[in-house]
Amino acid sequence: MDSKAYLDMSLLRFTTAGSVDDGKSTLIGRLLYDSKSIFEDQLSAITETSKRKGQVEVDLALLTDGLRAEREQGITIDVAYRYFATPKRKFIIADTPGHIQYTRNMVTGASTANLAIILVDARHGVLEQTLRHTYIAHLLNIPHVVFCINKMDLINYGQETYDEIKKELERLSQKLKLRDAHYIPISAKYGDNVVDESENMNWYQGTTLLHLLETIEINEDRNMNDGRFPVQYVIRPQQKDFIDYRGYAGRVASGIFRPGDKVKVYPSGLSTTIKAIDFYNEEIDEALPQQSVTIRLSDEIDISRGGMIVHEGNEPNLSTSFDADICWFNERPLDASKKYILRHTTNELKCMIKGVNFRTNINTYEKDFEDVTIRMNEIANITLTTAKPMYFDSYRKSRITGSIILIDEGTNETVAAGMIN
Amino acid sequence: MTRAINRNHLRELESEAIFIMREIAAQFERPVLLFSGGKDSIVLVHLAVKAFYPSRIPFPLLHIDTGHNFQETLDYRDVLVEKVGAKLYVGSVQDSINKGRAVEETGVGASRNKLQTITLLDTLEELKADAAIGGGRRDEEKARAKERFFSHRDAFGQWDPKNQRPELWNLFNGRKNVGEHFRVFPISNWTEMDVWQYILMENIEMPNLYYTHKRRVFQRDGVWLAEAPFMELKEGEEILELDVRCRTIGDISCTGLTLSNANNLEDIVKEVAASRITERGGRADDKRSEAAMEDRKKEGYF
Repeated sequence: MDSKAYLDMSLLRFTTAGSVDDGKSTLIGRLLYDSKSIFEDQLSAITETSKRKGQVEVDLALLTDGLRAEREQGITIDVAYRYFATPKRKFIIADTPGHIQYTRNMVTGASTANLAIILVDARHGVLEQTLRHTYIAHLLNIPHVVFCINKMDLINYGQETYDEIKKELERLSQKLKLRDAHYIPISAKYGDNVVDESENMNWYQGTTLLHLLETIEINEDRNMNDGRFPVQYVIRPQQKDFIDYRGYAGRVASGIFRPGDKVKVYPSGLSTTIKAIDFYNEEIDEALPQQSVTIRLSDEIDISRGGMIVHEGNEPNLSTSFDADICWFNERPLDASKKYILRHTTNELKCMIKGVNFRTNINTYEKDFEDVTIRMNEIANITLTTAKPMYFDSYRKSRITGSIILIDEGTNETVAAGMIN
Repeated sequence: MTRAINRNHLRELESEAIFIMREIAAQFERPVLLFSGGKDSIVLVHLAVKAFYPSRIPFPLLHIDTGHNFQETLDYRDVLVEKVGAKLYVGSVQDSINKGRAVEETGVGASRNKLQTITLLDTLEELKADAAIGGGRRDEEKARAKERFFSHRDAFGQWDPKNQRPELWNLFNGRKNVGEHFRVFPISNWTEMDVWQYILMENIEMPNLYYTHKRRVFQRDGVWLAEAPFMELKEGEEILELDVRCRTIGDISCTGLTLSNANNLEDIVKEVAASRITERGGRADDKRSEAAMEDRKKEGYF
């Protein structure tokens, strides 16, 4: 690798959901192993542990199951983050358990993902858990979904079975309006179509999984149209040479900001223009989504953390009430008589739950309008009322300005995550 | 030509880390940045400078000094603190021992690594710190793979890995009760390779220990360690003078040295890329048991 090539690498975040039986750990182990991201001391440590437990093959799941309780019980409890890189891209894997009782972990892992890998066992086809994992990818609006039809080796690499499963998955993708879906027949155990092309499936003309991960276009997933800049922190040095400096630090949520842009500032609603955009000690000509920069404005306007700078003429919704799909995270069920703390971008507000509209069964996609007690790991649609007006977008439009978390005032725990309708 | 920030994986990681730095400053009253003199904490300071420029870093640095440091680390630390204009606090393990708060391990293989936890928790309490910023990375060790960016610690400084707060999108919940604190890890998503590539891209000045130099060393359990007055030699161990460099820097008693001729950042990046052993493969403190890190972390370790 030439010494400057690393400056052209991009970053892809993807999530995997599944249980031991799906071959999820084997697939991750395969990606890490075949891309040479497992080190000798890690490999020798897990080889030794596998032997001690009387296993014949090296258990690659030991690489991902990091907590003592997980190793003891042989299950993945939490989201584990894994890293590997090829000369083209760096990858961050949010590895999550796939069982229904860990829906909250799947939702967490999915929240920042550009892509989801959904494993389907070729022997069983589309199962309840396939529906569940696909629903979460849809709910969290993950831009790309890759269905890996795994264990092809156990059905003699048969094309007919694959085609049938693929057809069913295509119907599912259409039903949930997935933005971009891919289908790959693989054997994680033997490596077919994971990193290297399979010699057992000449009928498959598509790419391998790793090649897809390396080349899939992700720049277009960013919302470049709706200028949104939540103010995180105000920089006022009040020291020599910078007496009058007043910069608004934050990370661009969506849109492109340039000096000279006409902007509107919330909550005041006042208009001004961008005087300069700073990145450390340089003035830059544009700031793109996800970049942490500091914006200076032409007029002195009162803004603090929780405020938002937006493009004039393209403004967010402004309201004290909205609907959201939520996933409940806490052992104590949702209590509509309580006030919760709502966090949205850098803003914090008190809120009340005006009503639970329905609960969604994520295995069958059925809506329940009758029993609306919302327990841990359940998905529901609710109406919220905030103490002050909130400036927001729908989650479908912007993942950052359309997402919220709810915090219990008493325990300070994060009890729910929500996607605004 | 447009002056824009080029987009690559390092810039994305940088933006994420700067975002976290600013969240810390906004959400906590008395954060401190844990500075060890190692490459990860050097990168943290660099990111903090960038996050708040032209203001100074709005929190002090805290160094937990085991008393077994490489002199180069201390020299580098003092120059850096002067340059960025930050306040430095030092928590001394020797003081904890003198006060009877900690008891020194004895014998061959004795280390002050574990004692650091006591000094760290005591010092955080003295400073009334409500957040300690650390350079921990999830790729370092498997218990760290499940660590949050904002990691909650109870009133005893302990970590409960099974009851961690979920973190979604850009939303970090730093709310806590009195007496509790947070550990925050802005470079959670960086790998060792990312750290070195970033140091190269930003051309960050590093302590000489990271470059090849001649040093008197001895080998123990396959790991090269530096000669020092408090390091007892076992029978059969002999001192050699070799060309070595540090791949990670901790206290002398547990920092494994790499035989290397790399004398510039490009060569270090190449060496890391070619390495088939993890950086912590040279850390004696991790070899104590399979869950060594998880256990230390629960007690309140870095």
